Amino acid sequence: MTELTTVEQILERKSHAVTRDAEHAPTHDIREALFELEAKGEIIVQRVPENYVEVTTKYGRTKKIPIDHTWHHKSCGQCGHIPGYTSSIFWLHRQFNLDYLDPTDQTSCTGWNYYASATSNAAAQAAVMSRNFAAAYETGYFPTIHCGTSYGHYKEIREQLVHHKGLRDEVRRILDKMGKPLVIPEELVHYSEWVHVMRKKFAEKQTVDMKNITATVHPACHYYKIVAEDAIYDPEIYGGQRTATVTGTLEALGINVADYSTWFDCCGFGFRHVLVQRDFTRSFSVLRKIETMKNEVNPDLTVTHDTGCVTTLDKSQFAAKAHDRNVGIPVLSDAQVAALAMGAHPFRVVQFHWHSTDWRPFLDKLGINWQKYWDEFQGDLDAIRAGTKSGITWEDADKPVVY
Amino acid sequence: MPTTQENWNPGKAVDRHPEVTYDEKERLFLEVKSDPRYEDFLYGCYECGICVSTCPSARFYDYSPRVIAQAMAREDIERVYDIISEDIWNCAQCFSCLRCPRGNNPGGLVTLLREVAVKNGLQETKDVLQGYSRVIYKVMLKGNQVSPDMLQPDFFPDWGPWVGQFSANMPVWRKAIPVDTLRGITDAAWRTDRKTLLELYTIWFETGNMDIIKEIDEGLYDLLADVMQEELEEG
Repeated sequence: MTELTTVEQILERKSHAVTRDAEHAPTHDIREALFELEAKGEIIVQRVPENYVEVTTKYGRTKKIPIDHTWHHKSCGQCGHIPGYTSSIFWLHRQFNLDYLDPTDQTSCTGWNYYASATSNAAAQAAVMSRNFAAAYETGYFPTIHCGTSYGHYKEIREQLVHHKGLRDEVRRILDKMGKPLVIPEELVHYSEWVHVMRKKFAEKQTVDMKNITATVHPACHYYKIVAEDAIYDPEIYGGQRTATVTGTLEALGINVADYSTWFDCCGFGFRHVLVQRDFTRSFSVLRKIETMKNEVNPDLTVTHDTGCVTTLDKSQFAAKAHDRNVGIPVLSDAQVAALAMGAHPFRVVQFHWHSTDWRPFLDKLGINWQKYWDEFQGDLDAIRAGTKSGITWEDADKPVVY
Repeated sequence: MPTTQENWNPGKAVDRHPEVTYDEKERLFLEVKSDPRYEDFLYGCYECGICVSTCPSARFYDYSPRVIAQAMAREDIERVYDIISEDIWNCAQCFSCLRCPRGNNPGGLVTLLREVAVKNGLQETKDVLQGYSRVIYKVMLKGNQVSPDMLQPDFFPDWGPWVGQFSANMPVWRKAIPVDTLRGITDAAWRTDRKTLLELYTIWFETGNMDIIKEIDEGLYDLLADVMQEELEEG
């Protein structure tokens, strides 16, 4: 007779760090299938360039994260509405003189629209992904994906392309018209994974002490829930029971990461909802995420690693404040926090002025005289308005200025 | 009436849409079922409710991913029609429901149901997407879902007075971004090559995506097709 498992036994088991064994992974290794298709001449598998770091993913497999020679698949939501997110990612690369490519031969994955309205189909979505990957392959640089939804969407499309020959044939037919091959990268890499493997190097160059900061983390659904096995897990972070990205970075920078009960909940973005049905987005974001964080740990900051999450958590707080809800947590991406910790200009690089929830108390607590940097930035804007400066360039922004 | 946990009564589905024939409802269901992804998304449901407990939409709407998986697995034609005509647009597409211990993907099923609803031009779907046309226009034409110039105070009044500041300062603030592909761009998220956009338009036409738009919004289709065809002809 099987012995019953008690709740206490389950809790005891869960109190230990989980080390996962790839031998017992519940899924097949998609990369093996990619190489088989390549051997049959169906696809080209773009290899991770030489300079990479190996990490462990959810089921104990090893994943290669390229350090440089990367083709940056930008995010439309980040570039459009949170430009400091994108500039911080590039600024971090530039601090280490890493070779990267910021392409103009790139479209959005169009996944936001697909998840919002379904006004597309599997072939179109796979063709958009494959066109972007072929464009990266043509340059010789390896794709790093900035958006969590693009990353999740592409992982799902990769599964579909591997399992459905008809879809591969259709995508190849369309790519042929453009003279492009069907390319799938050896690994699908999210920028926050690059941030994760670089975190100790960031800490070595840290100029702003962040030890008095308490932050909460919102892990992005499309990073670790869609095709879960690709996300990074580490027994030393949450005992290996939650994804390690973002939390590992913040801890490396000395930030106190505080836990809260609704960490698994989504942010409330909803894709279509955040644009045209925001009553849902605002309610969920405030009631299930921001207020819970406030009531349970009252953090100085909340940090995430996706476009929609930063937008939703940040922009939803104004209306809630008007209704006297317990809100007021500034929202940043992990890349912006790392850049700020390494002395990036708060406005030329991190671009705080595009964020809505009041970030001044957070900078005050860090001892950063934000008014001084804002005045400098106003000087830049005056010069642009006067026509004496065409815009801010890396020459203006590269140098760390906050100490 | 949306299908909720309260009114879910397996085996006793009520015909809530008598204006639509059973044959038509069955045709739509079979179209969903014939999608090659269907078998990847549904393995059978034992009603544990884990998907519901993780679902953001279930907290705020009469909506249940469990009911969707159940109705599809039981091939409950009437119930599936209730879902395709009403429930699907409540899903937030976060895919928290992938926590299903059976490996079901209720969010994926919703995607398939939505595709069929759009492709067949269901009136409820047209109503839901009516306010969304300008976003579709942007993403299909510019290759970006959002652009800086969408930040208008009349569109986002609940995002606070800062939206007015973004909008008023847009041309100058966009020049004050160090990233070369973003600097000064206001009508798209980044600078995109013309050749890249022509390739994107080719994808929309070749995959039948333009036919989908025609079914859901003929005016939008005309607008998009005119611009894209002219650009493609110019080469």
